[in-house]
Amino acid sequence: MKISTFVFTFKQGFKNIFRNKIFSLATIATIAACIFLFGLCYSVIENVRYSIQKAETNVAVTVFFDEGISEARIQEIGDAIRGRSEVASVQFVSAAEAWEAFKVDYLGEYADGYEGDNPLEGSENFEIYLNDVSKQQQLVSYLETVDGVREINHSDVTANILTQFNRLLSYVSLGIIGILLAVSLFLISNTVAMGIAVRREEIGIMKLIGATDFVVRSPFLIEGILLGVIGASIPLIAVYFIYNKIIVYAADQFAILNDILQFKTARDVFSVLIPVALVMGVGLGFFGSLITVRKHLRV
Amino acid sequence: MITLENVSKSYTNDGMPALNNVSLHIDRGEFVFIVGDSGSGKSTMIKLLLRELTPTSGRIIVNNFDLSRLKRRKIPKYRRNIGVVFQDFRLLKDRNVYENVAFAQRVIEVPTRQIKKNVPAMLSLVGLPEKYRSKTKELSGGEQQRVALARALVNNPPILLADEPTGNLDPRNSWEIMKLLEEINRRGTTVVVVTHNREIVNAMRKRVITVKKGIIVSDEEKGEYIDED
Repeated sequence: MKISTFVFTFKQGFKNIFRNKIFSLATIATIAACIFLFGLCYSVIENVRYSIQKAETNVAVTVFFDEGISEARIQEIGDAIRGRSEVASVQFVSAAEAWEAFKVDYLGEYADGYEGDNPLEGSENFEIYLNDVSKQQQLVSYLETVDGVREINHSDVTANILTQFNRLLSYVSLGIIGILLAVSLFLISNTVAMGIAVRREEIGIMKLIGATDFVVRSPFLIEGILLGVIGASIPLIAVYFIYNKIIVYAADQFAILNDILQFKTARDVFSVLIPVALVMGVGLGFFGSLITVRKHLRV
Repeated sequence: MITLENVSKSYTNDGMPALNNVSLHIDRGEFVFIVGDSGSGKSTMIKLLLRELTPTSGRIIVNNFDLSRLKRRKIPKYRRNIGVVFQDFRLLKDRNVYENVAFAQRVIEVPTRQIKKNVPAMLSLVGLPEKYRSKTKELSGGEQQRVALARALVNNPPILLADEPTGNLDPRNSWEIMKLLEEINRRGTTVVVVTHNREIVNAMRKRVITVKKGIIVSDEEKGEYIDED
């Protein structure tokens, strides 16, 4: 394609937006509505998933050792556990630290009677935090084979609930995104149908003059892409401001739930949402235009 | 230049053909009227020549292009050999006169520098040099048809097809358009005019091909419009 043709094609695509204002506004509004719903849905799902992930990281497997085990062996076991892929972190808790924590959690002022004694002598342990709670059983099975390990404490129920909830959330989010896409396609196809009447004559004239399919298609495709970018940008800006307001509001109003409700920063959410939404917008605009033009190319 | 050999075209399997075993030949530089009443097959002939339709049977050769064998991707190249004007002008209403004429050059990728020379020259030929910035809806019917003519001719096609070019015009404008077509023909372009304007056909004394119910019923040099009955 010659440079002058490319410049003409781009200009035509840009001008087409203003030539067909109603069609352009309808397309932008449709794409914006779809991307806005998608953005809200994505933000909510991402934050729920984030909260679950945070909850998962607090689920620990505790490993106790055989009596009389050497410090060198404990070190070896710790190194082996740290080397496993499902392990996020390993924390050594000495018997004295375990007793201090127990006193704070359960005895309070009554702990004075135990002065000088440590009833938890021999209960030094590793607290192991996982990066994927669904692999807890895999880790436990491994630990059961390790020489020097006396006891392993873990909660199957918590791990299972979190794993199942995570899976359920994946299905729900897939379902919602699927429905949104179907609704988007329905809306876009209707909007595109509106534009057909406006386009028919122009495409017919271009074809009769001797324009190739490529030259006929290009301005419409560029128009579709530009409408997609505009249609995606508007809801992204709106969702960005709404998101920031909501997380500040929620942090203020529900401070008591701060341990449960964990929000991702806008930067984290939008680093994924911006490219995905732009690709969706451009895709919807591009394919919407392509379908319209293809219908009328056979002149 | 234009040859039809035993061309038939049916729109349905069992109905009357719109064209029935038509054969004709038009030489380079000729001026030809194709006349006939509504439904006689004139428009089908134009659509076949534009390769909007393909014949049910027979062979059409235009400027060495065999339209029966022409591949879809070659159609744009073929159509650049033919300028075409219609009764309803088919101008882009949201663009001005200059843009409408330049559009024909843009879509075949003529460089901008060349377009800036060609379009004013063509607007001068059709007598509208001062109207280049006007929107087409601001023009009279006659002026719109002149713009359509300028657009059809700006790429220098060897053939001009005019489908009822005076159908929407008053007698004065009709005559002006016909004079322009005659001038274009004098410059070497083969001109084929489909019309049922009896007065113009009879006055111009050109070759007249009369089509009736899909059949050529007469083909005369310096002919006249023959009545249906």
